[in-house]
Amino acid sequence: MPQPALPAQKTILERLEILADAAKYDASCASSGTTKRTSKGGKGIGSTEGMGICHAYAPDGRCISLLKILLTNHCVFDCHYCINRKSSNTRRARFTPQEVVDLTLSFYRRNYIEGLFLSSGIVKSSSHTMEQLIEVARILREEHDFRGYIHLKTIPEADPELVARAGLYADRVSINVELPTVAGLTRLAPDKSATQIEGAMTSLKDSIIEAKDARKRFRHAPKFAPAGQSTQMIVGADAATDADIVGRASTLYGNFGLRRVYYSAFSPIPDASAVLPLKRPPLMREHRLYQSDWLMRFYGYAPHEVQQAAGADGMLPLDIDPKLAWALQFRADFPVDVNRAPRERLLRVPGLGVRAVNAIIAARRQRRLRLEDVGKLTVSVAKVRPFIIAEDWRPVLLTDRADLQNLIAPRKSEQLELFAS
Amino acid sequence: MTPFRAMHSAEAFCVSLAAPDDFEGWRDAARRLIQADVPPDRIVWDSPADHSADLFAQGERRLPAPPAHAPQPRASRDFVQYAKSAILHSDSKRFSLIYRLLWRLQAKPRLMEDKADSDVRSIDELARQVRRDIHKMRAFVRFRVIEEADGERYVAWFEPDHHIVRSNAAFFVRRFTTMRWSILTPRGSMHWDGEILQEGPPATRADAPAGDPVEALWRKYYASTFNPARLKVGAMLKEMPRRYWKNMPETSLIPELIAGAQAREARMVAAGGQDLGERPATLAGMAEAIRSCRRCAIGCTGTNSVMGEGPQTPVLMIVGEQPGDTEEQQGRPFIGPAGQLLRAHLQDAGIAIEQAYVTNAVKHFKFAPRGKQRLHQNPTAKEIDVCRWWLDGERALIRPRIVLALGASAARGLLGRTVSVQKERGIPNLLEDGSELWITTHPSYLLRLQDHGRAEEEQKFANDLHRVAARVSELSR
Repeated sequence: MPQPALPAQKTILERLEILADAAKYDASCASSGTTKRTSKGGKGIGSTEGMGICHAYAPDGRCISLLKILLTNHCVFDCHYCINRKSSNTRRARFTPQEVVDLTLSFYRRNYIEGLFLSSGIVKSSSHTMEQLIEVARILREEHDFRGYIHLKTIPEADPELVARAGLYADRVSINVELPTVAGLTRLAPDKSATQIEGAMTSLKDSIIEAKDARKRFRHAPKFAPAGQSTQMIVGADAATDADIVGRASTLYGNFGLRRVYYSAFSPIPDASAVLPLKRPPLMREHRLYQSDWLMRFYGYAPHEVQQAAGADGMLPLDIDPKLAWALQFRADFPVDVNRAPRERLLRVPGLGVRAVNAIIAARRQRRLRLEDVGKLTVSVAKVRPFIIAEDWRPVLLTDRADLQNLIAPRKSEQLELFAS
Repeated sequence: MTPFRAMHSAEAFCVSLAAPDDFEGWRDAARRLIQADVPPDRIVWDSPADHSADLFAQGERRLPAPPAHAPQPRASRDFVQYAKSAILHSDSKRFSLIYRLLWRLQAKPRLMEDKADSDVRSIDELARQVRRDIHKMRAFVRFRVIEEADGERYVAWFEPDHHIVRSNAAFFVRRFTTMRWSILTPRGSMHWDGEILQEGPPATRADAPAGDPVEALWRKYYASTFNPARLKVGAMLKEMPRRYWKNMPETSLIPELIAGAQAREARMVAAGGQDLGERPATLAGMAEAIRSCRRCAIGCTGTNSVMGEGPQTPVLMIVGEQPGDTEEQQGRPFIGPAGQLLRAHLQDAGIAIEQAYVTNAVKHFKFAPRGKQRLHQNPTAKEIDVCRWWLDGERALIRPRIVLALGASAARGLLGRTVSVQKERGIPNLLEDGSELWITTHPSYLLRLQDHGRAEEEQKFANDLHRVAARVSELSR
């Protein structure tokens, strides 16, 4: 029987181009923090070892760890910052679940990737879309015994039952809060609701805690998203200040037990909506936010302390890092004696990272540390010197100098993006 | 000094290890040398990959017999961990460094905690470089598939910096247990058949397959996942130094991706809209500016723009979609057939149109020519969003308390999202400036309906206008 002439189907190569391009604005590519698995004794492939692996780096400095694609970039939503919004005239394509499975496995076998990060535009309904995403994960896990990493983007409007199923197959689940303020969300993502997003994050958190708890009592209780949940905020598309964003991030960490909050500097997209700002915010702003995030998670800074590092306009300085900015504002807390001070005081010294502080604490059990010794344990003793006391060193004049910032602030040079994954 | 030490003090020893990563061999020799109290500077170490030229010929090849009842050397756990990593380094001095640390540990058991000690720092650095090389091998090995008589085999060519191939093989076994694979390197090869790991001799690049059809997909993925608006070449190079590039199929794309990035970003910014700058501060100024607005395709067709009109401080603002054929010719909003219908219904609801400011979401006429006729065409969402700049400007100047949007295009111009008129009619939306937005159908929609359907929709339209009229009179009091 003659088939009616259909428009020529796009090839896998063309669709991969469209759907990878459509997915790249999500910053997360982490493949770490899940349970350890190997493919020994199974019929498939794949392993996870706690630490993630970046299999390549793109010229944007970002790590490529997972095959990050959308199932489809057709979308019924119309979020202004998104290249896939309904009113954008971007090229559209879709994969079947089986096609995504085949791509993932053939990339994984060649050691290109750690696994899959799958998201999707909303087609038909949120629940229908979520079902399709889960189907990909199900085929990978059940039919191919795939033991690599799976990150599923979860659709907050979908049936909670489906969201719960996603966690049984995925290592990580995530829901993007998208914008740091509710006003920003209302304006730029009019089809989304902050209440709904937070509700879905809460139920994910509950499922994660519940499953962890069950596994303490029953060894064979099913795992639920062992690598936890994460979220992403777009920086620079609305009027939120760094202080707003830091406050919002700490609430998110606190309320939803998030593993990570990703910050994505708004970047120009093809066929942008007219309500968006034209110019991107400086990438350094994103970097400073990651640094402040680190201060809260690993250096014991409270959110209000990070906010104190921001200027009167609520913005973190771009020319110096937030830790140095804080130290310059609270000079009375310095200098810190490297031979006596407790760990949390040492962590406040600009230029001393967690590694250096651990080394100092171990080394000072062996000997009294001189400035030269500290120099061996850190990258730049010149940056550290004004803030510490060592056996043969006391920065009497330096700490009080008004032009201290000029003495130690980095010369105008491109800093590397250390923290974005 | 013990008599034994005196006997050997002038003598040098040569230790030849079986392989450059032979930790067990090193450990056995080191244990006997420590027990025999041989100081570090009396030992020359070598392996098949490390040839120590100095003193090589002169040293004693037999190790000293340790004295009876000599105690076991002491070594902390972290020392053993460091030593196991550092021995994989390609620096020939590693064996003697590790021995020197073991020697010093006998007198100072907590030496490894002193991170400021130069030997501790050295071994720390060697171990760090080895860990990094192991990690990079796990990351950058690229398999290519070949067909063999009994099935597929995945073969990779990799050039590590250090002697890590043997110790890293277990990772690939854990990950690819059910695959048959080979990793070929200049330092030796590893082959896995699904059950047994076999070692092979050093290989050359020519022994590995030259390509794989899936690489075209991978290269496409690599190029597409790159965001040209955030070029950070330094960050890429730091983690993926050039020396790895030659064995990775995707890296040949990098130069063109970098070269094209700025142009691509500039194109996106240009296509996204123009720098809007300041809006004129008066309605007349805006009308003048709209006349020459070319920010979207509708503005570029050479038609006249139609500015809103009405009192400067009204309670009510009425927003339509765009000027039609008649409006464009006369330069005034709502004077065509749809305008007539609107006027009749407004009058019926008790609103005099002269008391409202009347305008459109889009200020130019979009049409398709059919012979002499110009057929109305709906503006796209993008065009409405572009023109929202002007509508926002009008609202900011005349500050209405109530806005009535006629049809989905008008509603989009005010809310920035796609609106279902039937779902949202009859319930006011609060706009950012505190004014109320009411949504109803566009009168031209009523004109297209027939008979019963029209009567029904016209009734709903009239009901909506009556509600708005009630709010207007409440707020006008």
